[in-house]
Amino acid sequence: MSAPSPAPKLPPSLAANPRLSSWVKITGEGRVAISPGKVEIGQGIVTALAQIAADELEVEIGRIEMIRASTAVSPNEGVTSGSLSIQQSGRALRQVCAEVRQCFLAAASERLGVDAALLGVEDGTISGPGNVRTSYWELASEVSLDQEASVGASAKTVAKRAVAGHSVQRIDIPDKVFARPRFIHDSELPDLVHGRVLRPVLPGAKLRMLDEATVRSIFGLISVVRDGSFAGVVADSETSAEAALKALRRGATWSAGEPLPDENNLAGFLRSQPVETTIIDTRAAATTRATRTLRRQYTRPYIAHASIAPSCAMAQWDGDRVHVWTHSQGVYLLRADLAIVLKLPAENIVVEHMESAGCYGHNAADDVALDAVLLAKAAGGRPVRVQWSRHDEMCHAPFGAAMAIEIEADLDTENEIVGWRHAIWSNGHAARPGRATQPALLAASELANSYPRMISTNPPAANGGGGDRNSVPLYDFPAWTITSYRLLAMPVRTSALRTLGAQGNVFAIESLLDEIATLRGEDPIAFRLRHLRDERAKDVIRAVARRAGWKPARQPGIGYGVGFARYKNTGAYCAAIAEVEGSDDIRVRRLTLAVDVGEAINPDGVVNQIEGGAIQATSWVLKERVRFDRTRITSTSWTDYPILAFSEVPAVDIEIIQRPEIEPVGAGEAAHGPVTAAIANAVHDCLGVRVRDLPITRDRIIAAMELAS
Amino acid sequence: MPTIQFRLNGTPTAVDTHPDQTLLDVLRGRLGITSPHLGCGAGECGACHVMVDGRAMASCDMPMWSAADRDVVTLEGLGSAEQPHPLQRAFISEQAMQCGYCVSGILISAAALLKRNPSPTESEVRAALDRNLCRCGSHNRMVRAVLRAAAETATS
Repeated sequence: MSAPSPAPKLPPSLAANPRLSSWVKITGEGRVAISPGKVEIGQGIVTALAQIAADELEVEIGRIEMIRASTAVSPNEGVTSGSLSIQQSGRALRQVCAEVRQCFLAAASERLGVDAALLGVEDGTISGPGNVRTSYWELASEVSLDQEASVGASAKTVAKRAVAGHSVQRIDIPDKVFARPRFIHDSELPDLVHGRVLRPVLPGAKLRMLDEATVRSIFGLISVVRDGSFAGVVADSETSAEAALKALRRGATWSAGEPLPDENNLAGFLRSQPVETTIIDTRAAATTRATRTLRRQYTRPYIAHASIAPSCAMAQWDGDRVHVWTHSQGVYLLRADLAIVLKLPAENIVVEHMESAGCYGHNAADDVALDAVLLAKAAGGRPVRVQWSRHDEMCHAPFGAAMAIEIEADLDTENEIVGWRHAIWSNGHAARPGRATQPALLAASELANSYPRMISTNPPAANGGGGDRNSVPLYDFPAWTITSYRLLAMPVRTSALRTLGAQGNVFAIESLLDEIATLRGEDPIAFRLRHLRDERAKDVIRAVARRAGWKPARQPGIGYGVGFARYKNTGAYCAAIAEVEGSDDIRVRRLTLAVDVGEAINPDGVVNQIEGGAIQATSWVLKERVRFDRTRITSTSWTDYPILAFSEVPAVDIEIIQRPEIEPVGAGEAAHGPVTAAIANAVHDCLGVRVRDLPITRDRIIAAMELAS
Repeated sequence: MPTIQFRLNGTPTAVDTHPDQTLLDVLRGRLGITSPHLGCGAGECGACHVMVDGRAMASCDMPMWSAADRDVVTLEGLGSAEQPHPLQRAFISEQAMQCGYCVSGILISAAALLKRNPSPTESEVRAALDRNLCRCGSHNRMVRAVLRAAAETATS
């Protein structure tokens, strides 16, 4: 007897927001409004979701208007992060739009007296035998979408999809090329005024005294706000607000801040703090005896989001209700935190998304939204726009967490791996708003009635983990133990940055694998293929090897290296080969990548995301490191925190393995780990030294050479 | 406050302003020109680039006195959807961005390059864009777009 097939289920995003009309509205003549809960953060998601909707509804993509997420109208899809938007929002929209099409076909069948099965849809027009026709717009008043989604509707088969799976032009790009305001920074509201917040130079310092007298004389000043250590100004122009902030700074007296760790001994700091210990995974004890053990430590520094735009928000009060415009990744989550701080019911707060520059995780977007809300209280009902400075962006926004990773690999007489122990010391990789009973927003820790600063935690393994993300090997080692030590002290503020712990863990695993392959005299690609069982994993490695002509003949001063990972062990597969050149300074000349995201909804969008990830990872690996002394963050400008420049960017060549029959996953974070490892391994191939501390700078290379000699 | 005159996108323009006020503040705060973006306020990222007498310059640290009587072009003046500049067409064809916040400054730097060197090599394009930062990693697409615009202009 065969087991009964499981009852069909709604995709999770749809189960949480089942009303069809919250996702789709047939609006005015010839238009369709699609309202996802996910937001555009520079990744092109809005276009990919429009493609899915266009396909299932059978309308031209040009008819679709994508509605920006707002707590007033949008389905609650949590946060736009973790490369999950296609999986979550995309699946929900595919299902919803398929059902909406069916509803309209049923209504058309009734009106036209033709069996629904004989009707077809073309660009919103429904027609059938005998030249009968109607349209979504003609039927809109008869079809109520105020109903809950059912599990019955079936989306199109792969072969029938005409838009999803094909490259289309992004819908936001013309505005950005033709200078039409689209960013929150460029948006005008009637009677808009401007706010600035005074932040301490020393993190955690308390505002002892504030002499407001000099500020009062600033032309255009509207108000000075102070609540505990939170202080700011509101003025009628940005110029006046900046001048007032300068005066306010002169009148401020601060306490000492909190001490910072030694930036030159990050591993020592990370490994000496109180921790919460979690065994992430274990696999049976080794049966073969190890004859030796390799023990290696890898580190990654704190990394800044360093978005090109300073964070910005607008807020406007009306009695005890407030409207907030933000580039937060999660409008509902931000609203939950604002409700705690303001002691207001969530219904009194509307949070609406607007675009900003590229967002790579939990940056200061949510912090500046609370800043705007607090300053707007002193603006007499006028909307207030608050923008952070580059300095504050580089020192008060959360950073990606520093990591120390130690791997012990037990080897047998053939140098085969028989045991593997991987330990991670790191702060948590998430302190996002809206998920706890206390707020995660910066100003909440500065108010007179302050909330303690939230110590970052790690998402559970089921969500891909945090510091432990990608720490469980995909390789068939016979035994392993993976342990995460999460710090319980947080002198440097950390939260989610693209890939969370995956970049560090993949760097460590893939570096050590490379070292062991070298020890065995085995080709690193053959070595990996021999230890993988997953054919999709092997396919991306074989594809990248083929594409890069692995392994090119040896040339002096040039090195090649490979790296591989499946993001979160459940997401996109990605393999990378790096070609580097150099002696003590390293330049990455070329990156070749192969990637498998299942069904690539917008293949050019996937290439763009992978290429962007690969270049950003190159910048992290070669240049990036948050700098600090024992009292303050010192990398507060682009001079002190350099990123990869145009003339340093490598050529990037990408192959997508398209698998239309497999549910799509996101591409935004797949490349960072493999590219990091590929560059580190190529540096070894080129120079003969292993650099195990990121970033791989000239100083680090020279230190590694001295250690080796 | 003195009146400072300059040409903005071909139109004679006069503003009463403190001479030390930055050109970026005047463009955005007074004249409703939103394409130059504030990125750092220190002339280090290129998001605020405008063309001044044909050269790409940071407007965030340029005082108004030094803009007096000069010819200022912003992305608004480069072209429009109806009459696009070859660079605007090429950036769409190449889908040359992710977030696009840096793009206005990059289009200006590229336009200034093509003015003085209509057929640049790839490395000349990269050198010309080195003062513009892009954090999303769209550099190579942008370089391809600039080369495409140059090639189109050469054959038209």
